[in-house]
Amino acid sequence: MAEAIIESMPLSRQVRTNPAAKNADAAARVAITAVAVFALAIIFLILIFIFKEAKDVFFDAKKRDQVLPTLFMMPANENQAVWTPISKNPKYSLMPMLLGTLKTTLVAMFIAIPISVLAAIYTACFAPRWVREIVKPAIELLAGFPSVVLGFFALIAIAGFMQRLTGADYRLNAIVGGIAVSLTAIPIIFTIAEDALSAVPKAMQEASYGLGATEWETAFYIVLPAAYPGIFAGILLGLGRAFGETLIVLLAAGNALIVSWDFLVPTKTLTATIGAEMGEVVYGDTHYNVLFLIGVFLFVFSVIINSIAEFYVKGRLMKKFSGAA
Amino acid sequence: MKKVLGVLAGGSTLLAVALILAIIVIIMSSIVSGGIGRLSWNFITTPPTEGLTEGGISTPIYGTVLLVLLMSVVGIPFGTITAVYLSEYTSERSRIARFVRFAVSNLASVPSIVFGLFGLGFFIQFVGVGMDKAFAPEGRVIFGKESLLWAAMTMAVLTLPVVIVSVEEALRNVPREYREASLALGATKWQTVTRVVLPNAVGGILTGTILAVSRGAGEVAPILFTGAAYSAQTESVTSKFMHMGYHLYILMTQSPNVRETLPVQYATTLVLLMLTFALNFTAIFVRYQFRKRLIRA
Repeated sequence: MAEAIIESMPLSRQVRTNPAAKNADAAARVAITAVAVFALAIIFLILIFIFKEAKDVFFDAKKRDQVLPTLFMMPANENQAVWTPISKNPKYSLMPMLLGTLKTTLVAMFIAIPISVLAAIYTACFAPRWVREIVKPAIELLAGFPSVVLGFFALIAIAGFMQRLTGADYRLNAIVGGIAVSLTAIPIIFTIAEDALSAVPKAMQEASYGLGATEWETAFYIVLPAAYPGIFAGILLGLGRAFGETLIVLLAAGNALIVSWDFLVPTKTLTATIGAEMGEVVYGDTHYNVLFLIGVFLFVFSVIINSIAEFYVKGRLMKKFSGAA
Repeated sequence: MKKVLGVLAGGSTLLAVALILAIIVIIMSSIVSGGIGRLSWNFITTPPTEGLTEGGISTPIYGTVLLVLLMSVVGIPFGTITAVYLSEYTSERSRIARFVRFAVSNLASVPSIVFGLFGLGFFIQFVGVGMDKAFAPEGRVIFGKESLLWAAMTMAVLTLPVVIVSVEEALRNVPREYREASLALGATKWQTVTRVVLPNAVGGILTGTILAVSRGAGEVAPILFTGAAYSAQTESVTSKFMHMGYHLYILMTQSPNVRETLPVQYATTLVLLMLTFALNFTAIFVRYQFRKRLIRA
């Protein structure tokens, strides 16, 4: 009977512990939990405090009338400027920047997705061990490039090269920015896709070989589809990285407020607008509020993308493999 | 037909890998060849002069070092404790643990410029201005402005996920038996954590620190409007500071003659790149060594 009770006790109770240590233990538990909860709170603090600086756009009647009607205004013709925050008759349309972010992100993803997914397939399915041991640290290296360095490279090398290639009128444009941004998305997509591909159970591949499939057929028709959720998660996180990139587009995309689907004209993104203009605004000004509003957009969008990647995709991946294995 | 398809499919994957490696080699070689001529001991130890076209980058290096030091002093303990909580004090399925984990993963995906906004809105306008109201003599602005302190705090928040993930991974690699042995000897949880688990996870804490420092040395967006300056003498934590990444950005965009500063730009990029690579490789190496040691033990 007594033994049964001792058995059922948690391990730490069965031996004698000095009371001071017990108190210290209890205090430590409270302190550690408090710190962890504060880490949790930071994400809310970020939202609260960037919204706090943006809220006048909604709650100050005068600013609201100034900003909200023009927020998504399209220019009537090519020469009309719709983002004129410091003119006498200010307009705050985010359309040029929304379009700019869309263009550079599209270019970046268009380049990053095929390259990184194919490279991940090679690394996970075909590569000999020694190649893998070169490729993986190399990609980690690429992930470690500071974005200002990639922006510098885009400025001195990619811009000139692309201008010769496309014959564009402008050296800096959405294509140049997008190419440089793709270099930040590639390591993310590659790493997650490679993980997902490597996690596909060996038994599936062996079954495929057993049925007479070749190595590449197994890789493309068996392993790749099985890893789709993981690859999709990688693409989403790469996308989040691409549209949130600031320094590269600030340096290499040209920073002109042109509303156009032409990828070869200078382009200003949402992030570059904050980066370029926040240093010059007057604190509490409408312009200041709108820049913070852009920050709120960026924040909410990144959280949505990350949440989809986390909940939906991870859940599906787990279910799939726990069912298969 | 099938064979052709196979060669195409297999070949395209090989091509993709080759392309990525080639890009890395091209970037590195162009920066090294462009910057090596200007690089010298003198370049690292003298401050910039003549409208940034002459002299070296000693003040930006100094500012970067101060920034990452201050960032680490705050961020590393904070991140480590959160990781200890996640790994030692809750189960995988606990609701708070899941929330914390989710918050951390979101924190990692928030664009870095948004951290800059947060630094401005929270640290400078809320905490700093609040501190001035409470402590500063009437009308003086001490904390409620851009400074090294707030830039470092912003960077600490930005690098928090890096630290948490590295430390947590290291904690999970500490064998369960170590904890059980300690508890069985009568140690409390706290004693077990501080004397058994953490000493065996030093590698992870080190890795996290190095990666965070590497990030802090290279990230520019969060410090654009929280404390970095075109030119500054940093005398205290409330002064502005110069930063290598920001300096490079300034050289490219705001120096009076961009073409004339090109050699300095190359050399600055080279120093920045060498620094981040040295840090990243050290992190990879440290992680590898400690993993090996634990597996052997």
